[in-house]
Amino acid sequence: MSGSASTNALYADKSWVRRMARPFFAVACLLATLSGVVVLAVLLGSVVMSALGRVDSRPWYDLAANLRSLVELMLRLVTNTPGESAAVSGFRVGVVSSLWLLALVALFAVPVGVGAAVFLEEYASPGRIKNFVQTNISNLAGVPSIVYGILGLTLFVRAFGFKPLALGYSIWSGALTLGLLVLPTIIIAAQEALRAVPPSLRQAALALGGNRWQTVRDHVIPAAAPGIMTGVILALSRAIGETAPVLMVTQATSLLDPPRGPNDQYVPLPLEIYNYAKFPGAEDQALAAGGILLLLLLLLSMNAVAIFLRNRYARLARA
Amino acid sequence: MTIDHQPSTTQPHLTPAEGLAKVPPPTSIQTAPAMRIRGLNVWYGQAHALKDIDLDVPRNRITALIGPSGCGKSTLLRCFNRMNDLIAGARVRGEILFDGEDIVGPEIDSVSLRRRVGMVFQRPNPFPKSIYENVAWGAKINGYRGDLDELVEVSLRRAALWEEVKGKLRSSGLSLSGGQQQRLCIARTLAVQPEVILMDEPCSALDPIATRSVEDLMEELKADYTIVIVTHNMQQARRASDLTVCMMLDDQATLEGHRTGVVAEANATEILFTNPQDPRTEAYITGRIG
Repeated sequence: MSGSASTNALYADKSWVRRMARPFFAVACLLATLSGVVVLAVLLGSVVMSALGRVDSRPWYDLAANLRSLVELMLRLVTNTPGESAAVSGFRVGVVSSLWLLALVALFAVPVGVGAAVFLEEYASPGRIKNFVQTNISNLAGVPSIVYGILGLTLFVRAFGFKPLALGYSIWSGALTLGLLVLPTIIIAAQEALRAVPPSLRQAALALGGNRWQTVRDHVIPAAAPGIMTGVILALSRAIGETAPVLMVTQATSLLDPPRGPNDQYVPLPLEIYNYAKFPGAEDQALAAGGILLLLLLLLSMNAVAIFLRNRYARLARA
Repeated sequence: MTIDHQPSTTQPHLTPAEGLAKVPPPTSIQTAPAMRIRGLNVWYGQAHALKDIDLDVPRNRITALIGPSGCGKSTLLRCFNRMNDLIAGARVRGEILFDGEDIVGPEIDSVSLRRRVGMVFQRPNPFPKSIYENVAWGAKINGYRGDLDELVEVSLRRAALWEEVKGKLRSSGLSLSGGQQQRLCIARTLAVQPEVILMDEPCSALDPIATRSVEDLMEELKADYTIVIVTHNMQQARRASDLTVCMMLDDQATLEGHRTGVVAEANATEILFTNPQDPRTEAYITGRIG
């Protein structure tokens, strides 16, 4: 091919440049892909090393023993509460607090967010009001999280100084604050998922005499469910990992007992980690590293659930 | 059949051809009209899409809408079940009498109208659910209280699909071939027991064999239903319909740079294709314009 092209005087012979450029682009893209994976691997490796550094100074290649002590460490971190020293402390308070937050954020943000998305996509007629709301939601998604913390402090913790409505430094306050924080993310993700549902599906349902509610409930939302679910879980993961806003709406820096209900005080996992990371001692540093591992484990398992649900729903939608 | 009602919207600058369009179709296709359209005008925003449509759609007959692209065939069809409501900026004025009731006004409940006037779309669009669910859904949401299993079977039988799918009612509607999917869509429409079935180029995405099966099906269904079909395929109109309506772009509007659809001629299919009364119809069916 290149031979015939090069015999034609009208075509410059670029075959050498082209041959060189071809793999270069692919390699550049591969490197871009790997950079994320490499960073994650380095992060995990260094965190595991510093978490284990506390236990003993076994060489890294003694994998079986290291794995065993890693499991022991994680078990201790999940079951123990802050003790006399970092060596016997754990993150039970943080884990329980974070799980409470997770459940309440989901309870608040998912119905509100999906509802708002359904309204904007399926009911709202296009116009200035819709554009205004839409722009606001997009802007809210970009507001720094600490601002939500301050908002939560005034609105939920203190209720503008109106005592009977103030929720105090309870899990409710934290969950509502984080809920507001992730609401725009959920709305936007759900909107995209709804927009991806082909109009022919809605027309088919409406042409059979379905009203808008029946159409949305039975066809549009199920078709959009995988996308909505992914957005929701990513948003919840973000809520769990956030530190800055909860800093404003928790009072305690450390609790001896995990919260027993949503009215109790709480210290979410990232905040507990932050507290230990502030101390210079090797034991504290190792504990913080262990906490990070725990948080990563929590987030990764949430993502796993997201992928599982998405595949399941996508299969159901096809079958 | 006499036209007892000439709406005031009929313009004085009526061409002879448009006058001819109002001659009632010959007796061979005469039945009481299921839909009686008078002075119908449709705008999409500023664009005048349909102008002064007068037409009688005979009951228990197949009416074909033909004409060049963009002349408003689908727009007219969507007036019959208020699907134009879904298009932002669409305005419909005039009168469509369906069982003596004007279905143009905003006070009409489009949801219950659409149960009585079913629609089959250009591309087969079964729900991404089981074959059974596809047929049962419309009946369920319309509050059907009879035996659903029986209704599903009857509807699939009427759509000539039962023998092919009876063993796999639980598998996805999307697993069927294109022609089967379109018959599933017809079965789904039949299941809500409409009086009129609108078909918007139902065979344009199908191969000749599947097209044939849909046409045979229409012929069988017309005993119980009034069918209106939009088609680009003149042979199909000729084969399958009793009445053919040839639509055209309005010359005056075209000169002004707009695309406005009018009815050039509505006549018995036999006559329209052998002895067209309107020069534009003749030009279109002989392929001189299209």
